[in-house]
Amino acid sequence: MKRRDFLKHAAVFVSGVSVSLSALELIDPKEVLAANPDLRWGFLVDTYKCVGCGFCVKGCKIENDIPLEANVTRTWVERYVMTKNGEVLMDSPRGAQDGYTSKLIDHGASGKKLASDKEIAQAFFVPKLCNQCSTPACVQVCPVGATYQTADGVVLVDRKWCIGCGYCIMGCPYGVRFFHPVEHVADKCTFCYHRISNGKTTACVQACAFGARQIGNLRDPNDPVAKVVMKQRVGVLRDEYGTKPNVYYIGLNEEVR
Amino acid sequence: MKKHVWRPLWVVVVLVVIILLARWVYVPADFGVQDRGYTFGYHRLGNEKEWQAQTPRYQGNNYCADCHEEQTARLAGGSHLDFPCENCHSAAGEHPTKPEKLAIDRSRALCLRCHVKLFMPSSGRNTIPGIDPERHNGTGDCVDCHNPHKPNLEEM
Amino acid sequence: MIEQVAQMVVHGEAWTIKDLFVLPNEYVYWSIQIVMYPYMTGLVAGAFVLSSLYHVFNVEKLKNIARYALVFSFALLPVAMLPLMLHLQQPLRGTHVLMTPHFTSAISAFGIVFMTYACIVGAEIWFVYRRFFVDSLVRLETKSGRSTIDSVLMFIYRVVVLGARDLSEEALQADHKAVKTLAGIGIPVACFLHGYAGFIFGSVKANALWMTPLMPVIFICSAVVSGIALCIVSYAIFMELRKWAARRGKHYLLPDAVANKELALDPEHLRSVQRHEVTMTSRYLLIFMTLALTLELLDIIFRGYTAVKSWDILRDVIYEHDFVKIFIMQYGIGNLLPFVLLLIPGLGVRRACLASLLVLFGVFMMRWNVVIGGQAFSLTFAGFMHYHLPIIPHDMETFKEGLMGALMVITAPFVIFYFLNMVIPAFMEEKEPH
Repeated sequence: MKRRDFLKHAAVFVSGVSVSLSALELIDPKEVLAANPDLRWGFLVDTYKCVGCGFCVKGCKIENDIPLEANVTRTWVERYVMTKNGEVLMDSPRGAQDGYTSKLIDHGASGKKLASDKEIAQAFFVPKLCNQCSTPACVQVCPVGATYQTADGVVLVDRKWCIGCGYCIMGCPYGVRFFHPVEHVADKCTFCYHRISNGKTTACVQACAFGARQIGNLRDPNDPVAKVVMKQRVGVLRDEYGTKPNVYYIGLNEEVR
Repeated sequence: MKKHVWRPLWVVVVLVVIILLARWVYVPADFGVQDRGYTFGYHRLGNEKEWQAQTPRYQGNNYCADCHEEQTARLAGGSHLDFPCENCHSAAGEHPTKPEKLAIDRSRALCLRCHVKLFMPSSGRNTIPGIDPERHNGTGDCVDCHNPHKPNLEEM
Repeated sequence: MIEQVAQMVVHGEAWTIKDLFVLPNEYVYWSIQIVMYPYMTGLVAGAFVLSSLYHVFNVEKLKNIARYALVFSFALLPVAMLPLMLHLQQPLRGTHVLMTPHFTSAISAFGIVFMTYACIVGAEIWFVYRRFFVDSLVRLETKSGRSTIDSVLMFIYRVVVLGARDLSEEALQADHKAVKTLAGIGIPVACFLHGYAGFIFGSVKANALWMTPLMPVIFICSAVVSGIALCIVSYAIFMELRKWAARRGKHYLLPDAVANKELALDPEHLRSVQRHEVTMTSRYLLIFMTLALTLELLDIIFRGYTAVKSWDILRDVIYEHDFVKIFIMQYGIGNLLPFVLLLIPGLGVRRACLASLLVLFGVFMMRWNVVIGGQAFSLTFAGFMHYHLPIIPHDMETFKEGLMGALMVITAPFVIFYFLNMVIPAFMEEKEPH
């Protein structure tokens, strides 16, 4: 009796287990590298150069059909104001798609806060976008294989396959994902995959008049971005999550979240 | 042992077969484990092409300069020399065919994105000229006095 | 696209209020339906475990409530899926979870675990009720002048019985063994079903509140608690209703009597059965409650003691923003009060029901505090998000993910149970031991 029932339930699992065996195979990093040894997209942000004009955000939204009036964005700029008494004030009103034109720090429901020039010890802007992590947490948690990483390292969402469960949005430690207000599927920065795959630079890099943003090939030793990453002191965001981000920052400090 | 205890099992088997058949019909042929393995690369391969095929909107300064030689030459020597044309002239798309004419943003708000004076030491903002929008020229358009292609009043 | 001048509300914006520094894309994306989802799954798992206590461990005293719990668990089963469907942005693509499962995701297990579990519960019911199916079928087939409802029932029984009409002593013994085995397999599967629901949250490394290996265990314990509590409350209510309906002859409230007019009800008998079963079950409730509470407190203590980077914001959420929801509503009203109520000697049906209702509320608040509480703070650890449950819906989204959607989910199992009861009478009492 018991044996038969065991067989019965074994049968139920058959479909699942046969597929899931492939999940148990661990990924050999060498294999991954071999998949595309010549190209690995990486991004470099120079926080010293950013002026907080937000043209990158606006450009990104227009290029990628993210409605300007929707309060979600694939890239955004944050403002950090550190006062002399150790307070850290931060904001990113509407993702800075209209730039920073006020001294008032937007604290949401708590209203606006002013830091006078005399109090400010240092202040700067930090542009953010998808880190196209080497081990993306968002891809790992997709239940249907609708989000994935390409051989050249860009994480994309299949708009025809996404079920809209929001697990990837929850899984991303950087908050770069959101539900597209028109498509109703998960959406995120693609490093302008349609542009970089066809010899163009990303819309945000092109919109930046100050050279604060750069995209390049981390596998090419002569690439300007690769050179900086290799030879200068650069940082990445929240590496404690083990996601291995590929967006590098010049001038990052401890207060940047 | 009575044979009837097997009956629910057959129902389950039929169910599993139906699901597997549905899978076979429904899942696109190019869906599978790709370069990045099962954890990071399980997807429909055709989607990569779909993303690559999206048409770009922004074309870049060189694209503009190809036809508008005269206008771009006027930027020479000014502080807006490298400023992306499309930030003010709007995305070129397939201009000159689609759209035939670009909508130019001449608004005060556009200029203020960079030129509101904010005290931002250790940031590029401190190195560019800025104004206090409350005190400088009321609410009038900046372009009434400044030439956006050569904004410095002495340069004009 | 740019022509759309009006403010465009993105998903989550309608019920999220941001405070201090919150990233532009952060909203309470997982709202009331994701609270309902582990809650309903928990009820399914808990009800099943209760029924298995009788079948596997031969707790003879739980016999009648066990049968009821099994059928009710089956009625709850499809409803566990409902909140997910209401939550998905692309509900029609829900089947993709079965079509292309990505097993590195906790959610992908849902399709397979859920179906396995459904098969086990279905099969167990089949074995428990096979004799009844065959008896009813024979009765209906020999009956002259069948009404429409008789014909429908006959058709259902004919399909459901799967041609297995053998009611010999040997065959019934085989059924009995099968039930025992299935219930035995069912317990780990039920735990797995709910443990993985906990894993969905516990494995999100980006969320400081959710990420703990205790999450699946906490979820299992509170699932059993809520499942048992719901069985106690609903069993008592149904019994009360049946007594009343039997006295007044309101047969539409007795679906099994509508379907099967020969089942007579004896109000006196019902009363004694109910009292016995409810007090007995309450004891199991106490055991699982102690376990659940211990684990939850351990989790909070551990977080406070280790005080890693995220503790500053978690402390703000736990001790300030959500203090009332966690310590008053969840632990106080939902745990401590029913604990005391159940421990005071001389436990009667009414007190057990009151305690169970409070337990149900407590477990709901626990789910709320995990799901909504986990999204109450920003990834920046420097801002908060306040969730406002949409009460009066003004569009599809605020209906689906608002109070109305939640109420719909809560009512659904009872509607299903009503009709299920016509075919599979959950309150049937067997004359001889099964």
